[in-house]
Amino acid sequence: MSWLTNYVRPKLQGLAGKRDIPQNLWEKCPSCGAMIYHRELEQNAQICTQCNHHFRLTVKQRLDILFDDARYDEIELPEVKEDPLDFADLKSYPDRLKSARKQTGRPDAMTVASGTMEGQKAVAGVMDFSFMGGSMGTAFGEAFITATELAALQDAAFVMVTASGGARMQEGILSLMQMARTTLAVRKLKEKGLPYIVLLTDPTTGGVSASFAMLGDIAVAEPGALIGFAGARVIEQTIRAQLPEGFQRAEYLRSHGMVDMVVDRRQLRHTLGTLIDLLRRPVSDKPY
Amino acid sequence: MDQEAYLDFEKNIAEIDERIEGLRHVTGSDDDFDLDEEVSGLEKKLEKILDQTYAKLTPWQKTQVARHPKRPHCLDYINGLITDFQLLAGDRLFGEDEAVVGGIGRFRGRSVVVIGQEKGNDIETRLKHNFGMAKPEGYRKAVRLMKLADQFNMPVLTFVDTAGAYPGLEGEERGQAEAIASSIDACFSVGVPIVATVIGEGGSGGAIAIAVANRILMLEHSVYSVISPEGCASILWRDGQEAQKAAEALRLTAQDLKDLGVIDDIIAEPRGGAHRNPTEAVLKTGEAISGALADFNDMTREQIRREREEKFLKMTRAE
Repeated sequence: MSWLTNYVRPKLQGLAGKRDIPQNLWEKCPSCGAMIYHRELEQNAQICTQCNHHFRLTVKQRLDILFDDARYDEIELPEVKEDPLDFADLKSYPDRLKSARKQTGRPDAMTVASGTMEGQKAVAGVMDFSFMGGSMGTAFGEAFITATELAALQDAAFVMVTASGGARMQEGILSLMQMARTTLAVRKLKEKGLPYIVLLTDPTTGGVSASFAMLGDIAVAEPGALIGFAGARVIEQTIRAQLPEGFQRAEYLRSHGMVDMVVDRRQLRHTLGTLIDLLRRPVSDKPY
Repeated sequence: MDQEAYLDFEKNIAEIDERIEGLRHVTGSDDDFDLDEEVSGLEKKLEKILDQTYAKLTPWQKTQVARHPKRPHCLDYINGLITDFQLLAGDRLFGEDEAVVGGIGRFRGRSVVVIGQEKGNDIETRLKHNFGMAKPEGYRKAVRLMKLADQFNMPVLTFVDTAGAYPGLEGEERGQAEAIASSIDACFSVGVPIVATVIGEGGSGGAIAIAVANRILMLEHSVYSVISPEGCASILWRDGQEAQKAAEALRLTAQDLKDLGVIDDIIAEPRGGAHRNPTEAVLKTGEAISGALADFNDMTREQIRREREEKFLKMTRAE
């Protein structure tokens, strides 16, 4: 560093710092490495224009894509007892919650909204992987139950968008019990004859995959989404072998009979709308 | 007991055991020394130390006791409590998974379906039962047996003892997640009472798959957790060595789970843990299961189903 840079830089930096420079004008595709202009990505439903990689979405992006004209009502969710176990690891659980809330602007990992998909009434639950890995705790369980009850009340289909690493360790056994409680909620919904469609997105693993996520009347997955029970690293350690190419990806699950279809995001709303229509109206009034 | 059967916090217990053993050896060979008094003194001391030690086990110590190789396992409970037991194999879809033991038999005269994870007692049986870690076939067999129970109106007794579902390639290929989810769902479907007993280790999704029950019992020193202390430590503390801290934080003991309203009852274990007196542990468990089943004698199938649903709907909700 010379005397010149030493002397001049702080001043220039001071000037530059005050201007609001938009960040991430260009996004790098994690799959093919292409640099894509953010507007282009936005217009393409956050799908890489080069290789079709589906970027992960924010909750808002997801809801905008799911519902007609990006119009929907977000539902207020029940409050739960915070930090029921008084849990602390390297950081306390309340601290982790606080920073997740600050980062995402949402109270927990699940958002519930209602609206229409291609004209079909639907309630959607959307998990947020950026909120503590989309983990399932008591708040999630209550949100899920609320969503299914709302679907029943509105006589609407329930579309559940999953993205989670599994149960929330910081709530211990209480989070494990949400596997049973969400499964029960699905069961009640099915008893009422309402369609339960699961959209599996990247990534869906652990206790979430081993409960409500795998119980959809119809299971739709997004291309390339990682879906499985155990983590790839744990499996590799257990079997002491390398895992095959594409292991636990949406296409792999489809070829192994675990999901019905892998749907491009740009066709998603249309597909969901058609599915709900087919399931709910046994006889069409459209001319054939 | 074998030297290897002592846990690392049982050094003083091992010492006294050894001294008693030594004295017994002497008394047996030489009549001049009447050491009976000394032996009975030591035995009293041993009892006291066992009581003291086992009354204040830490969560990590309980995890070790729950995993003790000499602890009675699922088949010990079946042998001790079920008569005319008929082992039923297979999921009718892919294969037979011996990590899950299932069948029909009589419990105190009444036909029941029994489902449980079996860890095995020696190298041969541990391998045979895959250390109690089930693959999708195991859970699908459980679903099949629950349907059988429902069809013939037989209560279901489950014995939970697993480190978790098997994390392997084939398991994923055949839908481990779906198999567990369907097993939970099947538990909700039956119009007969289900009594689940955590006899050792209740490991996460692999455990709850057969533990969605009308009554959930736990042995005094068993554990039931969303993740193993080691797994939790390696993720949250980024160090598997911190398992002790993780065990504390997870609140995984029977006493914790009772306080949290997740389980109904705790079955007291014999002095020094179930592994010191398996017969007594099995008998006490039989008493507890019998008591739990009696609650459902006058209930209709629909009432039994509803009771289970309401239990889980309320569970984890703050008062």
